[in-house]
Amino acid sequence: MANDNNKDTSRNNNSISHVGVRRGGRGGPASMRGGEKPKDFKTTSKKFLKYLGVYKIGIVVVMVMASLSSLFRILGPKFIGDATDVLYNAVRESINTGKIIINYDALLKVVTSLIVLYCIAYIFSVIQGFTMARISNNITYKLRKDIDEKINRLPISFFDVTSTGDVLSRITNDVDTINQSIRETLTQVASSFTLMIGTVIMMLSISWQLTIIAFAMIPASMIVISKIMKISQPLYREQQKSLGLVNGHVEEMLSSHIVVKSFNMENKSISDFDVYNKELRENGWKSQVVSRITMPITNLISNIGYILVCIIGASMTSGGSITVGNIQSFIQYVRNFNQPIQQIANITVMLQSAMACSERVFDFLDEKEEEPDTQNPKSTESIVGTVKFENVRFGYTPDKIIIDNFNLTVYPGEKIAIVGPTGAGKTTIVKLLMRYYELNGGAIYIDNVNIKDFTRNDLREMFGMVLQDTWLFKGTIRENIMYSNPNATEEQLMKAADISRVHHFVQTLPHGYDFELNEETSNISQGQKQLITIARAFLQNPKILILDEATSSVDTRTEVLIQEAMHNLMANRTSFVIAHRLSTIRDADKIIVLNEGRVEEIGSHADLIAKGGFYAELYKSQFENI
Amino acid sequence: MKHIRKHVKPYLPLLISSIIFIAIQAYLNLVLPNIMSQIVNVGIQDYSQKIALASGAVAESLKLEQQQYIIITGAKMLCVAIFTGVVTLLIQYINAKMGTGLARDLRNTIFSKIESFSSAEFDKFSTASLITRTTNDVQQVQMMLTMGVRTIVFAPLMGIGGVVMAMKKAPSMAWINALSVIMVIGLIMIVYSLAVPRFKLIQTLIDKLNLVARESLSGLMVVRAFSTQKYEEERFDKASREYKQNNLFVNRIMSLMGPTMTLLQNIVPVVIIWIAAEKIANSQLLVGDMMAYIQYSGNIMGAFMMISGIFVMFPRAMVSVNRISEVLDTENVITEKENPVILPIDKCEVSFNNVSFTYPLGEGEVLKNISFVAKPGQVTAIIGSTGCGKTSLVNLISRFYDVTKGSVKINGIDVRDMSLKNLRDLIGYVPQKSILLSGTIRSNLQSANQEATDVEMEKACEIAQAKEFIERKEEKYDYPISQGGTNVSGGQRQRIAIARAVMKMSPVYIFDDSFSALDFSTDLKLRKALKENLSNATIIIVGQRVASIMDADQIIVMDEGKIVGKGTHKELIKHCEEYQQIAYSQLSKEEV
Repeated sequence: MANDNNKDTSRNNNSISHVGVRRGGRGGPASMRGGEKPKDFKTTSKKFLKYLGVYKIGIVVVMVMASLSSLFRILGPKFIGDATDVLYNAVRESINTGKIIINYDALLKVVTSLIVLYCIAYIFSVIQGFTMARISNNITYKLRKDIDEKINRLPISFFDVTSTGDVLSRITNDVDTINQSIRETLTQVASSFTLMIGTVIMMLSISWQLTIIAFAMIPASMIVISKIMKISQPLYREQQKSLGLVNGHVEEMLSSHIVVKSFNMENKSISDFDVYNKELRENGWKSQVVSRITMPITNLISNIGYILVCIIGASMTSGGSITVGNIQSFIQYVRNFNQPIQQIANITVMLQSAMACSERVFDFLDEKEEEPDTQNPKSTESIVGTVKFENVRFGYTPDKIIIDNFNLTVYPGEKIAIVGPTGAGKTTIVKLLMRYYELNGGAIYIDNVNIKDFTRNDLREMFGMVLQDTWLFKGTIRENIMYSNPNATEEQLMKAADISRVHHFVQTLPHGYDFELNEETSNISQGQKQLITIARAFLQNPKILILDEATSSVDTRTEVLIQEAMHNLMANRTSFVIAHRLSTIRDADKIIVLNEGRVEEIGSHADLIAKGGFYAELYKSQFENI
Repeated sequence: MKHIRKHVKPYLPLLISSIIFIAIQAYLNLVLPNIMSQIVNVGIQDYSQKIALASGAVAESLKLEQQQYIIITGAKMLCVAIFTGVVTLLIQYINAKMGTGLARDLRNTIFSKIESFSSAEFDKFSTASLITRTTNDVQQVQMMLTMGVRTIVFAPLMGIGGVVMAMKKAPSMAWINALSVIMVIGLIMIVYSLAVPRFKLIQTLIDKLNLVARESLSGLMVVRAFSTQKYEEERFDKASREYKQNNLFVNRIMSLMGPTMTLLQNIVPVVIIWIAAEKIANSQLLVGDMMAYIQYSGNIMGAFMMISGIFVMFPRAMVSVNRISEVLDTENVITEKENPVILPIDKCEVSFNNVSFTYPLGEGEVLKNISFVAKPGQVTAIIGSTGCGKTSLVNLISRFYDVTKGSVKINGIDVRDMSLKNLRDLIGYVPQKSILLSGTIRSNLQSANQEATDVEMEKACEIAQAKEFIERKEEKYDYPISQGGTNVSGGQRQRIAIARAVMKMSPVYIFDDSFSALDFSTDLKLRKALKENLSNATIIIVGQRVASIMDADQIIVMDEGKIVGKGTHKELIKHCEEYQQIAYSQLSKEEV
């Protein structure tokens, strides 16, 4: 299951491809992300702002709070400098008086205002943090809801080319990244800019000369950072690539373990692994070292700035144009100035990955939806179940038509068998009937009403479906059966369970109908699962049935039960059976023979045998002995 | 921990030099503020005082002296800064080399170990868990080593150094530091005791969200068939809402932490200034020393914050270490004897002698007293309901598991006495779930036999009824196969897997329900081809369909782990009740 999540979409080239390698599960440290870039930053951010727009007031509050709290923090060093000045002046005077007399009133004033300032800043940042957490969580909740609802509006054909893992990764990983990024960036944008502008103002207010000197260092830092980023990003990508290769190899080899063993491929697998593993190590350490060079270098540059400020500042104090306390504050500001710059560099990286994730989410949300239902739907109440295919033309892609000029009329209560080799497209007919796909030509009628004139939900409610690929969910057996008819009474449930041979085995389970199926629904057998889906169809009481006979992986005794149950279900209903069993096929009123996606022949068993075509050959091969 | 120690050993010189450099770095980090405060203390403050008192030429020369002092001290500071930078880089280089190297070695050891595992060990751990142990868990250990070593060495040194320096400057103010450290630790403990239980909860909630979404995706058609979109949306909404609420709580707790720490860091200097004022008044403290003291108290708090980070990281890494150790400590159930027997690749007779089998983790016998002989040149078919032990039975031949009682022999030699490689060379095996490896059709086929020529490959595909569809593809044998073989249909996958086994030209073939995805006519052609081309081989077919095993030389009927019938179709249909039941459920009377 774990690999499902991360499975890449190489299987379908036309699905929206993933940017970057997203393996190794969730919870990687923030520094491991990044490197992902959106294709169209502008459009994506516009769409994103729309989502944010709902929380306009909240965001304004956050921005204001963040700015104010950093504003107060900016004032901090200035006040500390004032406090130092009070002490320093006292010391200075003592040279004349011989006694240090501190102006405690002045000091107390500075100290209390500092504490008040910091406390207010604290309250503001807490308010800002709480509001932002609410906003970001609300947005992610909304995004998830939109994606989930979108799933139900997309045509089935979309999912033919998009893997489950791909959609799941958008719902969980991408949305989580968005959550984290907006929470961190939005507040940091506001506070960083305030911090930067505020610091500049404070520095200027102390001394414009010193400010110029200090700023001379900034471009140097910037150049170094951008140079290193240029080297480190490709290295990081290389590292992620090798990580993907290592993880991919492990995943593949371990899940094919039996094959590896039986073909004596262990050594080859280990030596392949060794190659990927060595590569990962080489790329890994290089990327790590380069990406961490920035810190010591920028530190060094800021230290040079510090010394210059000290030298110039010293001569200025002796000239009397600046106090010692002010130099102290100024130095503090110089040190602080690095912080917002580094933050802004971080924000751009985070914004990029957030936008890359948003883009994937919005791409999904913008996918073309199913044609809307008709405005004046016909009622399905008095339907008896005549099905007519008229000149039906269909292809999964328009340039590859697989069903052409298909005509068939099925009368109420008739049984239609669909046969053909594996991969012949037997389920296609069923999918068209239930309007999972739109026709390329012709029409399908039920009781002379075009299926397009029903709503999809009404149309599909007429059908009962029992597929070989049983779909059950984690929950009790009762919930699973009642899925088709949540309002069914206990009596109806029991009747359906009894007639579909579910009742007997359910009684042997602990808690009976309240027996809980596990996540993989693997705690009951395949055959039992199929029986439950039959019971589900019974409870629905459909007009028309679609059945898929079991081929394998069901034991013979259960198979007998399934046959009985299906037989009961088909009584007096128009039914389409994807058949594998000759006994079923021969009993059918009409047989549709498919081969390689095309309708090869239609007719009754006797007709087709007499015709001596594809079906006859298929049938004969059953009894031929070697 | 034993394994980690063993793997760290080669990196011991690196580790030691890393620790030394980290100690140097910590020392330099403590020296730097001292020099910085000297510039302010002496360079600016003292000299300014002197200059203010002096006048004329004396003042001028003092000014020059001051400038010199600042430049010299500045140069010293710059040297220290450069040196610090170099040391920092060295540490990063050493740690990166060490961490990635250790991770590489660990991964190699784990992966090789896992490749030696039999199916029994795979059952014990589950494949998904083995994958995360090789990948994510190793990454956790690597992170602990690169970041952890630094913090473990650096933080206490900084803390201790900070305390020593601070005590030297003003021992009477130590209580401020003690108090601030206690508050930092208290805060961290409160936050984590609130947040950590929720972290676990959030993990399960995101799993739940994933589950619900996956269910509605995999059941897309069913959901639409029953028009239960609303119901599905509500189910998702419920999970999503629950997740949101818990996430919000944790986000808020965590967003309290940052500002509170900042508040603490900001308030402490203020308190120091207030307390120091009196000492300055009594000439016990210099203003510059006070500034340095503030710096040191910041260091001390920082050290404790770093250490607390380790306390969070450490248990997580320990979990990973234990998970890795579990894998490495596992003793292989299937082992080779010393001086194993090597059989020539020639006709093989496979015999089961009173075999009973219990799964290593299971209770109760899956197979009971199984005895039969599969002869060369004959087809032996095994049929029976699901769960009757058919697959378990054939797994014993290739030694994916070992028998509990009795023995499986090839030409009279117990498979447990044979070399594993030799044993598996003798057997062409097609598993129930046909697994292809990523690559091309050719690379998949060649994995069975590297030396096979193109002619042999085509022949194998012809036998497996795969030639036709392969050659219809544009790339033919170079058609790319995605992982697991998901880009070919089930029937094609099965046929490629069969061709792969046939490529081996081995004396024994095992087909474990390998024809299930084939239609009747392909099934028939395939069986005909097998019979014609592998006339000397011992063929064992596990099947569900009576039609495809009817003509076997020997049919073994199984029920609940026991053999309940043995013979040909004709014999069994007369005397074996279980076989009759199966046959009648699949064929009509006259067909039987």
